[in-house]
Amino acid sequence: MEIVDIVPPVLKNNVIVTTVDSLFKWAHGNSIWPLSSGLACCAIEMMSTAAARFDLSRFGYEVFRPCPRQADLLIVAGTLTWKMTPPLIRLYEEMPEPKYVIAMGSCAIAGGPFADSYSVVPGIDQVMPVDVYIPGCPPRPEALIEGMLKLKEKIMHPERVEEMGKRVAEG
Amino acid sequence: MNAMLENGVVATVAGVLREYLMLLFGNQFLTDLIMKFIGIGAVIGVILSAAIVFTYAERKVCAFIQVRLGPNRVGGRFGLLQPFADMLKLMSKEDIIPAGCDRVVWALSPMLLFVPSALAYAFFPFDKGAVFADVNVGVFLLIAISSQAVLPFLMGGYASNSKYAMIGGMRTVAQMLSYEAPMVFSLLGIVMLTGSLKMSDIVAVQADNVWFVLLQPVAFVIFVITATAETNRTPFDLVEGESEIVAGAFAEYSGMRWALFFLAEYANLLAVSILTTTFFLGGWSGPVLPGVVWFWLKALFMVFFFMWLRWTLPRTRIDQMLSLSWKVLLPLALANVMCTGIGVYIYRWL
Repeated sequence: MEIVDIVPPVLKNNVIVTTVDSLFKWAHGNSIWPLSSGLACCAIEMMSTAAARFDLSRFGYEVFRPCPRQADLLIVAGTLTWKMTPPLIRLYEEMPEPKYVIAMGSCAIAGGPFADSYSVVPGIDQVMPVDVYIPGCPPRPEALIEGMLKLKEKIMHPERVEEMGKRVAEG
Repeated sequence: MNAMLENGVVATVAGVLREYLMLLFGNQFLTDLIMKFIGIGAVIGVILSAAIVFTYAERKVCAFIQVRLGPNRVGGRFGLLQPFADMLKLMSKEDIIPAGCDRVVWALSPMLLFVPSALAYAFFPFDKGAVFADVNVGVFLLIAISSQAVLPFLMGGYASNSKYAMIGGMRTVAQMLSYEAPMVFSLLGIVMLTGSLKMSDIVAVQADNVWFVLLQPVAFVIFVITATAETNRTPFDLVEGESEIVAGAFAEYSGMRWALFFLAEYANLLAVSILTTTFFLGGWSGPVLPGVVWFWLKALFMVFFFMWLRWTLPRTRIDQMLSLSWKVLLPLALANVMCTGIGVYIYRWL
């Protein structure tokens, strides 16, 4: 039984009922502060997303923090080489929980055009957990905004992700 | 109504409340005690709501200056719930204590930083007769207290056991100490004109004559520049300097501890705006409207002005910043003090 069902019908229009959990989910979903780290050309699109034409700040996500201790989201924007992997993992580990990762662009998803190279990581999910994948080479700023809104949906409605996982498992 | 304007709205309301409490308890000491606590609650309320309002205002001002829209999704079309979402999120973040840090000093730093910024509010004349502590060495005490804000930055930087935090802490000390001197000398001219260190006297003199921004324009410019440096805001935000030292003294703080630094920053921003209003823009004095309205209009305009500076100017280099303070602002402030002295002497002689 949901807590909403206990409220008498007379008070339905006057009382807002919530749980601490859903309140914090709302807060986490609406205040995702990304870490300002860019690896390659996708970072240019990431900067463009925050600038005047696409304006990431409409959703409250424009607070790019320079320090991982104050960031919530690691946008892996670009090609990850094996040499760059330890510093990136360190940045990820320095972030406080709850933390999220977005793989932006073909290189971050699966190595992109450099998939066969000895020096490129074939997809960042080999080295860290990824929440949202954004395809494109590079993805347009609209795609990044859509990806972040998908992340918001994932934070606010974790049950939808579980359902999707079940459906995939059933085939 | 006229009597209310004559004595100041806040003072009248406080007087009525005091009479009511006196009737209720019939005890002078108890009434005084309760009135003191109400005053403290009001000041703390101003500081906390300032931090919430200003984070939102800063993002909106920044957006308008950069031809963007700013937050407009969370909580209606003006994004009014954005600061609450940020606050709740910061409260629920993981509290990381870095290995190898000096735990006591590290944990004390954000709390101690908040103390001087909150304490300074005791001396501000919000309205006629609405000063929490109207001491006769007001300006002196204010400067003495606000200069204590240097130490927590150094403590935080030193105790974090991180090279960026250490550099950030040292920079803060260099910056805040070197900008304290011209700031004090720029205020000296006003003290000479008023002949008093009492905050309410300074406003009363301006209410009777002209605003000091007309008599002391050089001091006004120096004060605004040094106030920007004292609050560690762009163009003097080398303390944070994200392109070179990550996040400066608070590089290792996460969640609510970092939010306390943030709170102190916005408390300081409002404090310097109120100081500029009190010293140069005539405080609560103004025609028609009640004093407290004039006071907040002027103070919030100054807040907007500091935000405007922040989003318009790039960051200065550390050596340029220090030489600006010692080689330009300090001699200028001293010259201003001398000229004011000569001017006051000639005025009396006439």
